Amino acid sequence: MNMSVALPVIIPLLAGALSVMFWRSHFAQRALGVLGTGAMLAATVWLLMETWEHGHVVMEMGSWPAPFGIVLVSDMLAAIMVVLTGIIGFATALYSLSGIGKMSEKFGYYPLLHLLLAGVNGAFLTGDIFNLYVWFEVMLVASFALLILGGERSQMEGAIKYVTLNLLSSMIFLTAIGLTYGLTGTLNMADIGDKLSTVEDTGLITVIAMLYLVAFGVKAAAFPFFFWLPASYHTPKVAVSALFAGLLTKVGVYALFRVFTLIFNQDVDYTHEILLWVAAATMLTGVLGAAAHYEFRRILSFHIISQIGYMIMGLALFTPLALVGGVFYIMHHIIVKANLFLISGITFVMKGTHELKHMGGIYRTNPMLGVLFLIPALSLAGLPPLSGFFAKFIIIRAGIEAEAYWVVAVALVVGLLTLYSMIKIWAEVFWKAQPEGVEGELRDVSSGPMIWMWVPVIMLALMTVAIGLYGEPIYQMAAMSAEQLLDPSQYIEAVLGDSRQ
Amino acid sequence: MEVVMAFVVGGMYAAAIYMMLRRSIVKLVIGLVLLSNAANLLIFTLAGMLPGAPPLIPPGATVPEGLSADPLAQAVVLTAIVIGFGVLAFAVVLIHRAYEVVKADDMDQMKDTDR
Amino acid sequence: MNMHSLILRTAGHFLLPLLLLFSVFLLLRGHDEPGGGFIGGLVAAAAIVLYLFSMDIRSARKVLRVDPRDLLGAGMVLAVVSALPAAFLGQAFFTAQWWEFTAPVFGEIKLSTVLIFDIGVYLVVIGSVLTIMLNLAEAED
Repeated sequence: MNMSVALPVIIPLLAGALSVMFWRSHFAQRALGVLGTGAMLAATVWLLMETWEHGHVVMEMGSWPAPFGIVLVSDMLAAIMVVLTGIIGFATALYSLSGIGKMSEKFGYYPLLHLLLAGVNGAFLTGDIFNLYVWFEVMLVASFALLILGGERSQMEGAIKYVTLNLLSSMIFLTAIGLTYGLTGTLNMADIGDKLSTVEDTGLITVIAMLYLVAFGVKAAAFPFFFWLPASYHTPKVAVSALFAGLLTKVGVYALFRVFTLIFNQDVDYTHEILLWVAAATMLTGVLGAAAHYEFRRILSFHIISQIGYMIMGLALFTPLALVGGVFYIMHHIIVKANLFLISGITFVMKGTHELKHMGGIYRTNPMLGVLFLIPALSLAGLPPLSGFFAKFIIIRAGIEAEAYWVVAVALVVGLLTLYSMIKIWAEVFWKAQPEGVEGELRDVSSGPMIWMWVPVIMLALMTVAIGLYGEPIYQMAAMSAEQLLDPSQYIEAVLGDSRQ
Repeated sequence: MEVVMAFVVGGMYAAAIYMMLRRSIVKLVIGLVLLSNAANLLIFTLAGMLPGAPPLIPPGATVPEGLSADPLAQAVVLTAIVIGFGVLAFAVVLIHRAYEVVKADDMDQMKDTDR
Repeated sequence: MNMHSLILRTAGHFLLPLLLLFSVFLLLRGHDEPGGGFIGGLVAAAAIVLYLFSMDIRSARKVLRVDPRDLLGAGMVLAVVSALPAAFLGQAFFTAQWWEFTAPVFGEIKLSTVLIFDIGVYLVVIGSVLTIMLNLAEAED
């Protein structure tokens, strides 16, 4: 029995439970935060190696055989996603050592962090559609509570919008699950995929597919369901923002990848054409929103939306190369975006504000931070030789090969506008002189207790460079995941193989 | 029976959406509660409404006796109810705190984050 | 919060032990028949909340003796730990393990990881419901 597939869920659950137990001790919670996420990172890397070797790793929870019990399944896509969760979770835990404050710790920051990570990993690994809903809810409840840590007015307002729209999408998801169950009589995703290929009435299947598209579209912040994201992501603590920006919307994207390759592959011309339009509109609205704003984290939030568009474009084109590009883009984006949010936290400690107009001159006082910002920022815009260049290059090449020239045109324009708003942040925050009437450095960030903020930023920046310069193994992993996604029979065989004989 | 339930479920969805479109936050929560109940009822209906016994297996047997209801749909609904309960408890706390901070039960006054 | 009702206060006093006992009954009954940790926990939490309504927050905290967050933590640890024994025996996580033995008074007793999980759920439900309720009640005052 291969335990590697359950550990990424069990470890954060256990760490979370223990840190609830020791809620009186700040030290124990911090230690559990770093150790728990560190152990989880190790477990996810192990899972990735196992999956690389075997193709699929499956565990039937409680030894109840599929399709009746709940299975945990790791294919290459899921394994890549949990490793990224491990990296971001570990980085956030390190950053929290100096970035989160005693008050948030008192209100349960660390238990919620672990619970959120368990929910995210569970959503990536589960092979049961209703279990996916459960993990979504675990993740959402944890994220609701993290979002309002601090209790400021803007946080409350952002949280109400976030909660409402996410609950609405959960209910649509639940409705879709009900209809799927009514149609197929099973909840196991592999079994659903298997049974739906024999259903005659493709019209009904397409309706259900659209329900899933709406439900996951809200979670992924795709056009036109993205309103909650820019209304809430700039309000919580920076560490929480970074965690959300790195992981939460990507769970929605992952769910789209999963259901639109494994389950809904009957009427590709119709469903994936809609996905393509959604992708183009998402890219464009996101980047235009970013261009209009002058608040550090709000610009970054809008960029999340536009980047989601590229990932969905990879799925929508539905060619091997496009899926490679989509997966590669997710890998690059999670690392880069979380890093940008973490950097915004350091500048916030320096200047006490997120408003670009009131910042400036950081390159003069702290050139190191300027360089650390430029690496993820230029990577996000897609400049070689950083990770974003290859991600965009693969997707655009796939678009040209699929002769979807208008999407390629949109993607290129959006890339240019991304560069524009990254340069805007660079010029306003780092390059221009300190505006008059504004205080200089409020706090020294390069020593003392603030030192932990730098470690994850440097770590993630090095990864961005590494993916760019040494991208071959990453590309191989993405290629393997794309190959598995395009041939769902492998997944179905891995899950149901025993019960069919 | 299923036809009647279909109309009931449809009516509940409509009522829920109507409540959610109101400006009051309390009505928003009522809408969310209705919506989750409507979804649960939908799953319950979709599993087939049989005059069957509860799916309990008597001691010694391996299958339930006679016609029995679909246990999976019931388990799903039960889990969804529990989750709905947790989320609702959180939503009530959130609204209470939001009311204390914003001092209004009106969505239109909550636009600080949109500026 | 205090309702100053003699009937409610008297009823609360008498119902508290009965309801707590009933909740344990539901918890153990869940072994083979309808019942279980979740509804047991809800009944127990409802008992404390009833006491809270009839008396006040301080006496409710006093009758609870421990902080609800401790219950929450202990319950979560129990629930997660119940998944682990199977892994050491080389089975999938959460596979039920059963231990049967005969005790002098009670006759045959079956213990299992399922029961540990259920007790964990029981504690988590009490802990989380009471954390929320007590916080809300304190905010009211």
